[in-house]
Amino acid sequence: MTDTSVVEKPRSQWADVWAQFKTHKGAVAALTVFVLLILFVTVGPLIWTKDPTYINPNAAEMIRTRNKPPSWQFPLGTDQLGRDMLARMMKGGQVSIAVGLVAMVISILLGTLIGVLAGYFKRLDGPLMRLTDLFLALPLLPLLLVMVMLFRDPLARALGPEGGTFLLIVFAIGVTSWMQAARIVRGDVLALKEREFVLAARSIGTPSRRMILRHILPNVVSPIMVSATLGIASAIITESALSFLGLGFPPDFPTWGRLLFDGVDYIQQYPERVIWPGIAISLTVLSVNYIGDGLRDALDPRIRGR
Amino acid sequence: MLTFTIRRLLLAIPTLLFISLVIFLLVDFAPGSPMSQIPLTVPPEVRLRIIEAMGANEPILVRYLLWLKQFFYVEPLVLIDSLFGTSHAEGMQRIVSWQSRSPVMDIILERMPQTLTVVGSAYVIGVIIALPIGIYSAYRQYSWFDQVGTFISMIGFSVPTFFTGVVLILVFSVNLGWFPSIYDTSLRVTSWETFLLQAKQMAMPVAVLALYNASQISRYMRSSMLDNLGQDYVRTARAKGMAERIVVLKHVLRNSLIPVVTVIALGIPTIFGGAIITEQVFKVNGLGALLINAIQGSDLPMVQTLTFIFAVLIVLFNLIADVLYGMLDPRIRYD
Repeated sequence: MTDTSVVEKPRSQWADVWAQFKTHKGAVAALTVFVLLILFVTVGPLIWTKDPTYINPNAAEMIRTRNKPPSWQFPLGTDQLGRDMLARMMKGGQVSIAVGLVAMVISILLGTLIGVLAGYFKRLDGPLMRLTDLFLALPLLPLLLVMVMLFRDPLARALGPEGGTFLLIVFAIGVTSWMQAARIVRGDVLALKEREFVLAARSIGTPSRRMILRHILPNVVSPIMVSATLGIASAIITESALSFLGLGFPPDFPTWGRLLFDGVDYIQQYPERVIWPGIAISLTVLSVNYIGDGLRDALDPRIRGR
Repeated sequence: MLTFTIRRLLLAIPTLLFISLVIFLLVDFAPGSPMSQIPLTVPPEVRLRIIEAMGANEPILVRYLLWLKQFFYVEPLVLIDSLFGTSHAEGMQRIVSWQSRSPVMDIILERMPQTLTVVGSAYVIGVIIALPIGIYSAYRQYSWFDQVGTFISMIGFSVPTFFTGVVLILVFSVNLGWFPSIYDTSLRVTSWETFLLQAKQMAMPVAVLALYNASQISRYMRSSMLDNLGQDYVRTARAKGMAERIVVLKHVLRNSLIPVVTVIALGIPTIFGGAIITEQVFKVNGLGALLINAIQGSDLPMVQTLTFIFAVLIVLFNLIADVLYGMLDPRIRYD
């Protein structure tokens, strides 16, 4: 007796997720915008090859090319030192988005580690969750400012002004933003631990390490992905806020926040210098938030397929 | 409920102690602290005297305990003295700023009103805007009002406050000239004209912060209303023929406000942190500007005290939110 009815082609989980994601119009539009922004900052400099830090060594030439309005030679104009704004926007975007991504990776790794440990090992639960509560009670922006102020110069001396500041900011944002992820992951792990498949795995003697890697982690990927997406947005905002307060990257090292900060002094004469970086930051954060929204719906099996 | 409150209060003490230690150590152990910034050309004995005058030559533990004593014992005594005209704190050493050589608390109290008027009114206005929007967009889920509201609130918390602030300055003070772009803290409200001036200069910073707060709170309000609108008791209330207005505004609203009230309480300390940026944009001479100045001038006592005050606010409002939650919702009382 063989079953001859046509079996539907098996679909993978991620194909389902993608199909659900596509129904969220805002998220799809946001994904397009985000991809365009990434292309702008990565592929853009290959096409528009002007050096973002180039200052004309000839002083007379430099004075003639500074504060230019948009033209074919300088599509976004030039700044007060005659540097090309379009090239600076691309370079600044690279740094801003890189900070967002790396800081997010650090905070997600920390958050997942602490969340899984606290949820899986009962002994660690109390201490780790108290630690999370303590971190949540810290005033984060003032502490970030203090950390940057105190450690910027020594690190810049040790690792160079760019690498040092980058490491410091990424690390500072990472260690102050893992708490939400840790709480969410812990909650999910606690619920997973009571499920039958975990009991089955334990009854055949699976060691804790493999239990976590094989059975627990794959099941908490969805909440981690959502908080990772939202983490990029908040990291980009924090970095640009630090730069805006003058405690971020050094002046000759553009990021979107830094460009905005530099533009504020010239807001009366050249408002577009504030507008472009501001729009870039806002668009990035807005698109990332919408993607997060769409992902949350797409990864929720209760909504999916309806 | 009382035992729970007391237990939470007792738990807050070690939390605060730990946070103060973290802040103290972070600021103190940093390689960039002002002790290392005295130029090398200064002769060693003068250098020693400078460090001594700053009180920075004692071991770290002594300085930490001294700071704790000053913060939790001397400063409250000074406050009592100034309130009742007594003299308990006479001759006691207060926390002194390295920049201005005057007590840190006096400067903070001087700056407090500016921050409180701007941030406080912004938060109140934000809440007042957010609640009706949240209620209505939940009641008419997926209507055009809801869609527009969702979009605006998404923009509200995606666009950083320093950018909205700068755009407002660009439109309303550079182009239209309606509002001043710099906040004048020396303005005293004595007459109708000065009141108008005060309202004008507060308009933009308040608008920026209110938009940001309203967009977050209206989201919470909406989802909380949605949760409750689907409950059985709503169907029951409708089934027994109650007016729709009473069902929504009495039964559903009261229950949905419970989590929102705690969110509002939890948000109060974070707005002080967020106000740092807004104060910088509009040059408001408040606590945020004070902190930035102290950080740039390596004024360690000021930085430590201010940061710790922010931490105290967070712990305090967490406590208030927890207790409020228990009071409003008997189902989750802890005792």
